[in-house]
Amino acid sequence: MQKGEMQKEEIQESRIQEDIKIAVLRIEGTNCEDETVRAFRELGVFAEAIHLKQLYSDMIRDDEKRRLADYSGIVFPGGFSAGDYVRAGAIFSARVKSVLRKDLEDFIMNDYPILGICNGFQILVELGALPGFDEDRPLAETPEMVLAINNSNRFECRQSLLKHENKGKCIFTKNLGEQIVMFPVAHAEGKVTFPASAEKAYLERLIDNDQMVFRYVNEDGEYAGYPWNPNGSVYNIAGICNVKGNVFGLMPHPERAFFAWNHLDYPRNEIDDYGEGRLIFQSMIDYIRKLK
Amino acid sequence: MIADVYIELKEGVTDPEGESTKKALKLLGFENVKNVSTRKVFRIEIDENDRGKAEEEIVQMCEKLLANPVIQKYSIKWIS
Repeated sequence: MQKGEMQKEEIQESRIQEDIKIAVLRIEGTNCEDETVRAFRELGVFAEAIHLKQLYSDMIRDDEKRRLADYSGIVFPGGFSAGDYVRAGAIFSARVKSVLRKDLEDFIMNDYPILGICNGFQILVELGALPGFDEDRPLAETPEMVLAINNSNRFECRQSLLKHENKGKCIFTKNLGEQIVMFPVAHAEGKVTFPASAEKAYLERLIDNDQMVFRYVNEDGEYAGYPWNPNGSVYNIAGICNVKGNVFGLMPHPERAFFAWNHLDYPRNEIDDYGEGRLIFQSMIDYIRKLK
Repeated sequence: MIADVYIELKEGVTDPEGESTKKALKLLGFENVKNVSTRKVFRIEIDENDRGKAEEEIVQMCEKLLANPVIQKYSIKWIS
C-alpha cells in the first residue's frame, strides 16, 4: 500500500462513528462481505463481517461473541453460502431459522433494517422474510416465493439497468428518485417466481403495498426480455421490500457500484466520487439515524 | 432405514437445466430425445425402526429444507 493510500485509510478509520453498528453476516461461501463492510465504513459508520456462529455458539472466544440486538442494521451479503447446496440460500436460511428466528423477527418488528444482496436476497426469500406480506409474522412459516434457476441456465454476470419504482415505502431507496441505475448482476438463480396459482394476486399485492422496488429495463427505460432481464423474472422484478419497507432484497449488487470507478464508463463519465450504489447504503444509514 | 428423497419441479415450472441438457443431447446426435427434466436425490439414512415415524420425519425435512413448495415437490422411495 502506498503512503497516500495508507493516510487515506487512517483518516477514514478516524471518522467512523460507532453510534450505528452494522452486522454483515457471513458463513462459509459468502464472498461479498468485505466490499459491503467497506461501503458502510466509507460512509462513516461502524460495520463488521461476523460469522453466524459468533451469535450463538458456545465455542466462541468471549471477545468474539456478538449479539444481534447490539446492531442497528443487518446485511446478508452476496456469495455462494454453503456452496449453494440444496438451493441457493437454503442452508444459510435453515441455520438462521434454527438459532435466530425469534431474534430476527424481533429485529424486523422493532423497525430495524435488513438488506439482502444477491445470495442475501435468496436467503431472505428462503427465510420467508420476503415478500413479507404479514407485518405481524415477519418470517413466513414456509417460503412464499423462490429465486429459481435463470431461464438461460447460465451464470449471468454483467451490468443491469434497473428502474426504481418505489413510491416511498422502501427505506433503502429513499435517496433515489424515479430514475434508472446501473448495478451489476452475478447469479445463476435469480428468477423471481411466485406460486403459479397465486402469481397475479401476489403481483397485485406487491404493487398495492408499494413493495415493488427495482425492475429490469433496457437502455430506453422500457421493460424488456433477455438479456435486459437476465434471468426471466416475472414482471421484470429485480428487487422487492417487505410490507413494512425495512427488509429489502435485490439480485444486483449495489456494493459493486459504490465508487465512481466501479462504473463501466469511468473515468469518461465521472461526475462524483461515488456511484449510484452508494445511495442504497446511505438511505439505510439515514433511516437508522432517524430511528435512534 | 435408508430412503431416497426425490426433489423435482412441479408440473408447468420451466426446467432450464433439463432444457439445455436436451439441446446438448440433440447436438450430439441423439435425435430421439423428446424431453429431459432434472431431479435431485438425497439418500438419507435415518436411525428409526418404525417406517411411519421415519416417513413423517422425512416429510418434515422436505418441508423445512429440501424442497421449496413454491416450485418443487418431493417423493420418498424406501431403499431399506
